[in-house]
Amino acid sequence: MTDKVNKTKSEKTTGSIISRRQFTAGVAAVGAAASVGPWYIKNARAAEPLKVGVLLPRSGGQAQIGIDCQRGADAALPILKDLGYPELKFMLADFETKVDVARTQTAKLIDEGAHLVVGAFDSGATMAAAQVCEQRNIPLVVNIAAVPKLTGMGLKWVFRNFPHGPMIVKDAFVNQKALFKMTGHTPKTVTLMHVNDTFGSSLAGALFKLAPRFKMPYKIVEKISYDPYGRDLSAEVRKAKASKGEALWVVSRLNDAIMMTKEMVKQRFEPMGILSTGPGWYDQEYMKATGKFGDDVISLVPWHDSNKPLSKTLEAYFAKHHPDRQVNPNHTYTFEGIMVAADAYKRAGSTDAKALQAALRTTNITNNVTTAERITFDKNGQNPHVKNSAVQNRGGKNLVILPQSAAVAKPIWPMRPWKKRG
Amino acid sequence: MDFWTLANALATGLLTGLVYGLSALGLSVIFGVIRIVNFAHGEIMVMGMFFALVMFRWLGLDPMLSVPLAAAILFVFGYALQSTVISRVAHLPDHMQFLLLAAIAVMIVNGSLLIFGPDPQAINISYSFDSFDIGENLIIDKTRAYAAIAAVAISGLLLGFFKYSRTGKAIRACADNYLGAQVVGLKVDHLYALTFGIGAACLGAAGCVLLLLIEVHPYLAPGYTLLAFVIVIIGGLGSMTGALVGGILIGMSEALAAIVLQPSMKSAFSFGLLILVLLLRPQGLMGKSVK
Repeated sequence: MTDKVNKTKSEKTTGSIISRRQFTAGVAAVGAAASVGPWYIKNARAAEPLKVGVLLPRSGGQAQIGIDCQRGADAALPILKDLGYPELKFMLADFETKVDVARTQTAKLIDEGAHLVVGAFDSGATMAAAQVCEQRNIPLVVNIAAVPKLTGMGLKWVFRNFPHGPMIVKDAFVNQKALFKMTGHTPKTVTLMHVNDTFGSSLAGALFKLAPRFKMPYKIVEKISYDPYGRDLSAEVRKAKASKGEALWVVSRLNDAIMMTKEMVKQRFEPMGILSTGPGWYDQEYMKATGKFGDDVISLVPWHDSNKPLSKTLEAYFAKHHPDRQVNPNHTYTFEGIMVAADAYKRAGSTDAKALQAALRTTNITNNVTTAERITFDKNGQNPHVKNSAVQNRGGKNLVILPQSAAVAKPIWPMRPWKKRG
Repeated sequence: MDFWTLANALATGLLTGLVYGLSALGLSVIFGVIRIVNFAHGEIMVMGMFFALVMFRWLGLDPMLSVPLAAAILFVFGYALQSTVISRVAHLPDHMQFLLLAAIAVMIVNGSLLIFGPDPQAINISYSFDSFDIGENLIIDKTRAYAAIAAVAISGLLLGFFKYSRTGKAIRACADNYLGAQVVGLKVDHLYALTFGIGAACLGAAGCVLLLLIEVHPYLAPGYTLLAFVIVIIGGLGSMTGALVGGILIGMSEALAAIVLQPSMKSAFSFGLLILVLLLRPQGLMGKSVK
């Protein structure tokens, strides 16, 4: 009986598919495959395009700006291809100018396979997207969003190539002082109007915090916050007029900038000048809607350096594809956001999120379009090199007036009275 | 705060309030007679705005001149909507009627998106940046003044129609006593459709007038639906003069809140007023109490 059992076992062993020699050879083969595998897989992944989720406000109150940002993203594809960057595939998402939708759209992008997200123009929406990306371990490259805490609360997956509020305000103070000195006209009082959302409130907060440190020659006599979804701004403008501030400082967006200008003209509110630290006032749509009344506004914003070779390429692209538009920060910062993503992918050689994150941390792009001398990210994911310029609207065009090194025109300050235009 | 700043703010608030009142009038007329809460209110008004926009772009027609045409087209739309769709659910519970009108609202928004896209679109007319000077210190903006005059004229016509015309009286009879109206041989279904048509026409006119003041985009509607609800509840649901009074009250209180308090408090102030009215006079300022 025992013999039978032993025999059976022996037969079974002998008759088994894998012999000891075969097993040894198999282990060796698996070992060899394992050592070669990551290289092979890595290269296979590099061949697939990087799926970039482009999250923007394509409808709702910020639709025009979101669509304008997309123009910058679209320009990046052929230009970056010519520069030898790997292929990218866009996955477009619209957050409808709503913060809660930004959260769900980011999650949807990641669920549908986005390897990296670029966006989202609006500070509140970008904060929401950042939280989702942080939870899901997917890199977020911020094109435009100024809220300071985005890169100040230890997020590991957020990379911002755009100045935060205090950086914008600091540069604004410097450029304002230069403007007043240059023209010999210094306002003694200033009225501040800001949109009451994450972006507007954070920038206004930074402004009040930093003003004493810069010893500005004026006093801020009134701070007027208004609803971003406001139906009309007549009362707001009336309040600003009543405050008797010599100059008006605005932190706003596009639609409110148009409404505000119309009201200022109708109410005959003529401050020494309008200084804007935000989008809207330099926009083509703004100038189209306000015509001659949109002239002389000075935007203290991050701009591009027209002397850089890549800026010339981007300007040539816009001259060909969008002849009715000038290159503006919506285009340049979205373009650079896509460029940062492509550069990280090129160096990572992989769509793996951790590899992309590691590559993003060591970004060092010098062939860029904006006034930043280079694109790098500090330990908080912030590019510390980004800078602001002063740009004035003239005859439907944006002319750089400061810093003097990049200036193409002399400033008109104080602005011309409404009735003495054209 | 000086006197003239307040006077200017109140004048602007009054003019804006009249336009708000006109837009709320459509909601009040429909509810007052048919007893249906029109959740597609803002969306129908936005249809009027888009119509005026198209007329301006294609024919260069001033939105004020588009008012009769928009009113006529939306009257037909409203009449058809009531007689073919809404009348069929009139016997169903309220929540089902709400859902139907909410569905219609969604369809209008999506239709507008399909045709006009999501961008806000404005018109620039010759007097967009002009104002009237009254005395030395009072400045009234032209577009707002024209819009308010149109709102008063349209509201006057509507009130006159309901008070003096035979059809208007018949509609009021339906509103007062549905059964009695049937007994005396009034064609109630036709009168209901007529009422919805008049409400929609009112919104079409309001839309044209509003285009003078703001940009139009498909997502504009919910804010105006909500505003109209606030106005008619304050003025008294179903009361036409109440809608106008409510509109003026909201317009002026918002202007005042923005000047005296903080502009971002404007909406909070309107809703505060709504809560106050609901607590102290639930039937609204001009509404009749139900016993």
